[in-house]
Amino acid sequence: MSADEREDVESFRQRARTWIRANLRALEPGEDIEPNLKPTNLTQEEELAVVTHERQLQRQLFDAGFAGLCFPTRYGGQGLTPDHQRAFNAEIGGYEYPARIQAPTFSPCASVLLEFGTEEQKLAHIPAILKGEEIWMQLLSEPSSGSDVAAALTSAVQEGDEWVLNGSKIWTTGAWWSDWGICLARTNWDVPKHRGLSVFILPIHQPGVAVHRIEMLNGLKEFCQEFLTDVRVPDSDRIGEVDAGWTVGTRWMFHERMLYNSPFITVSPGKTQGGGGVSMVDVAREAGRLDDSYVRDLVGEARMLELVGKALQRRVGEGIMTGKMVDQSAALGRLFAGASITRIATIAFDIAGATGAAWTGDEGAPADCGTTFLMRQASSIGGGTTEMARNVISERVLKMPREPSLDRDRAFRDVPRAGSTRS
Amino acid sequence: MLLQLTSDQENFRETTARFLTGRVPIEQVRRLRDDPAGFDPEFWRQGAELGWTSLLVSEENGGGTISDSGLVDLTVLAHEFGVRAAPGPLVPTNVVAAALSGVGGPAHAAVLASVLAGETTASWAYGEAAPHDRLGDVQLEVRVEGGEVVLNGVKRPVESAAQAARLLVTGRAPEGLTQVLVPTDAPGVSVEPMRTVDLTRRFGVVRFDDVRLPLDAVVGEVGGAADQVERQLQLAIVIMNAEAIGAMQAAFEMTVQWSFDRYSFGRPLASYQELKHRFADMLSWLEASHAINDRAAAAVEARSPDAEELVSVAKAFIGTYGAELAQDCVQIHGGIGLTYEHDLHLFLRRVTVDRALYGTPAEHRQRITTVAEHLKETA
Ligand SMILES: Cc1cc2nc3c(=O)[nH]c(=O)nc-3n(C[C@H](O)[C@H](O)[C@H](O)COP(=O)(O)OP(=O)(O)OC[C@H]3O[C@@H](n4cnc5c(N)ncnc54)[C@H](O)[C@@H]3O)c2cc1C
Repeated sequence: MSADEREDVESFRQRARTWIRANLRALEPGEDIEPNLKPTNLTQEEELAVVTHERQLQRQLFDAGFAGLCFPTRYGGQGLTPDHQRAFNAEIGGYEYPARIQAPTFSPCASVLLEFGTEEQKLAHIPAILKGEEIWMQLLSEPSSGSDVAAALTSAVQEGDEWVLNGSKIWTTGAWWSDWGICLARTNWDVPKHRGLSVFILPIHQPGVAVHRIEMLNGLKEFCQEFLTDVRVPDSDRIGEVDAGWTVGTRWMFHERMLYNSPFITVSPGKTQGGGGVSMVDVAREAGRLDDSYVRDLVGEARMLELVGKALQRRVGEGIMTGKMVDQSAALGRLFAGASITRIATIAFDIAGATGAAWTGDEGAPADCGTTFLMRQASSIGGGTTEMARNVISERVLKMPREPSLDRDRAFRDVPRAGSTRS
Repeated sequence: MLLQLTSDQENFRETTARFLTGRVPIEQVRRLRDDPAGFDPEFWRQGAELGWTSLLVSEENGGGTISDSGLVDLTVLAHEFGVRAAPGPLVPTNVVAAALSGVGGPAHAAVLASVLAGETTASWAYGEAAPHDRLGDVQLEVRVEGGEVVLNGVKRPVESAAQAARLLVTGRAPEGLTQVLVPTDAPGVSVEPMRTVDLTRRFGVVRFDDVRLPLDAVVGEVGGAADQVERQLQLAIVIMNAEAIGAMQAAFEMTVQWSFDRYSFGRPLASYQELKHRFADMLSWLEASHAINDRAAAAVEARSPDAEELVSVAKAFIGTYGAELAQDCVQIHGGIGLTYEHDLHLFLRRVTVDRALYGTPAEHRQRITTVAEHLKETA
């Protein structure tokens, strides 16, 4: 769509506001719909019902012309700009929206499809994604390697116009209620690791894929492991060239690091960096400590980190969009988010005091802080660890010397590796 | 600093950068260490010609901006000051000029014109002595007696106090906060020079003992200055932050270069993952500092309701992480980083002073909480 036919941001904002207020449910005070790995009391059926409800919300957005704002119109999107998405995000605050199907479905999964998919693939999946019919997962990490994703052992062997996949993927959050996966697999063992990978898409619920749920520190079973046994994928479901999967993978990880800065994702302003300072006021008040100047200092720190993190994401997004920053600068936002969310979890735990460690049934916000603290590092591990972000920043942004590597110039089959530490 | 400057801003930035590089290269900054004023008045007057004093002043009053936001223009300027640890009373003169332009009226027009021309140095006397040295605590007594206004109290640290011909003094009258423009040669005003960690900034303790001035020395309304004082605080912090970020930028770039040039165990420092990771952290703090101060500048310019919070967030963040960054740069330099002969300390000095002025990071964190609490209540 050309710039002059496009609706201007302000009139779009007005239209979005009117529609949201008329059609979406306003959240109750304190109600949190963000996917935040907090323990719930929901049964499996109830959780599935939440997912079904989110699909319906997504469909409602689609029918009203508010789904996929930055996706091209030919794939069911609205062909608008990141500024429109930002305006929409601001308006959605305080209202229900399909929060948990945003990432990784819209980005990185749909972003990668949009960038590398064939026309048929895009037409087959992007409209379905925008209608809430397909929820997607990234099948990237493996039991043997997460940071070193290019060392994937899951293999894909060509048989006629099909590929046969075998191996295991892990740490996919919510795979048990998802529909499709985008999967990085090894197609050539005789070349260095980056040159022997290919990317495929496949339905998760099919006979060759066994999904096991893994219990996390907080009792949730959101982590999943997928065992792929002779899974047949038609060649038409390959994304990008054979053995050129790393070209896709590099952009895939870029989209992942863009986090909530991605123009493809709807995120309410209430989805703060780790719960942020405003909710910390609740923790402090419920803990009876809001008058304590030490606690006020901590609350202020949490709010500071939250607002600075948002400002940084925006600057980095702008920098990349305008070419003032290299793409790998997205790692700056990722690093800051990891470091600040972990700090905020610690702050919350300190404000809660002993109630975070031992609580009775009705002690509200402070009672969650201990469990959140247990899971603190999730924000510095998921989406690529903060150590990997630091590597990217120093090597790709600051151009410092790369770490010495023992695997770069040899056939992947000859690269030393440990046995899996998890069967 | 913004990623995208307008071409006018870019010209302005370049002109100032060239002027500063020519007039106050590092050797000159080092020489000024022993200069009582810390800057050459002629240098300041020429800077004023380049627009250093006019950006927060309305056109009717003889000011003018480069873009449509004088405060953003000023952050571009302050950044260039920080990058060179340049001398000059940039923050106090601009804050006073903004106040006189905004609420000074005809009584102060002549002083404003002289400040604009760079001929008069003016400063803001805001902070006080312990135990009233906490952010926002104003006890200096102001009272109206007949046709006169009388001041009693102590202000510190007042930047360029001994160089300033006029001080904009924030005090408390029975009616509320009140500001008075005081000539430093008025009877009852005394200035005691202070020592400081910065090479070219100068500060003083200013005592006001029964200082009597005609009533028209009051700037704005007696008792009605609270909003204006908050505004001045926001302006001062945004400008100072921009300068601190310039100093962070210089320290960071200098240290990155050092890490490529310095070898240990047969490899450049830049090849050690431990150090690479620290540079990554530092770059995230540096970019975050740019990002949050630009947000704060835009909010203050627009007088938007979140300005107070964003300014405190920026000050708390830059105060904390600016100093961490500079100290980490010292650490990565090793012994040389602790010497006077190396230039790194010029920037460490700047962020150190800036961290403590106009409220410490802790004071601003508490102010943020107060705002967050109100947000909760009104939500
Ligand atoms: C909440 C959550 C959700 C996730 N969702 C998904 C998902 O949907 N899909 C998916 O595929 N994966 C997902 N992951 C997995 C995640 O991407 C990996 O856990 C992560 O990339 C780290 O890989 P790993 O666990 O194998 O650890 P490893 O790679 O074995 O790393 C172990 C430690 O060594 C450090 N390390 C490794 N290499 C280096 C190096 N070169 N330099 C310095 N330090 C190094 C790491 O930073 C880490 O601290 C998720 C993880 C979490 C926590």
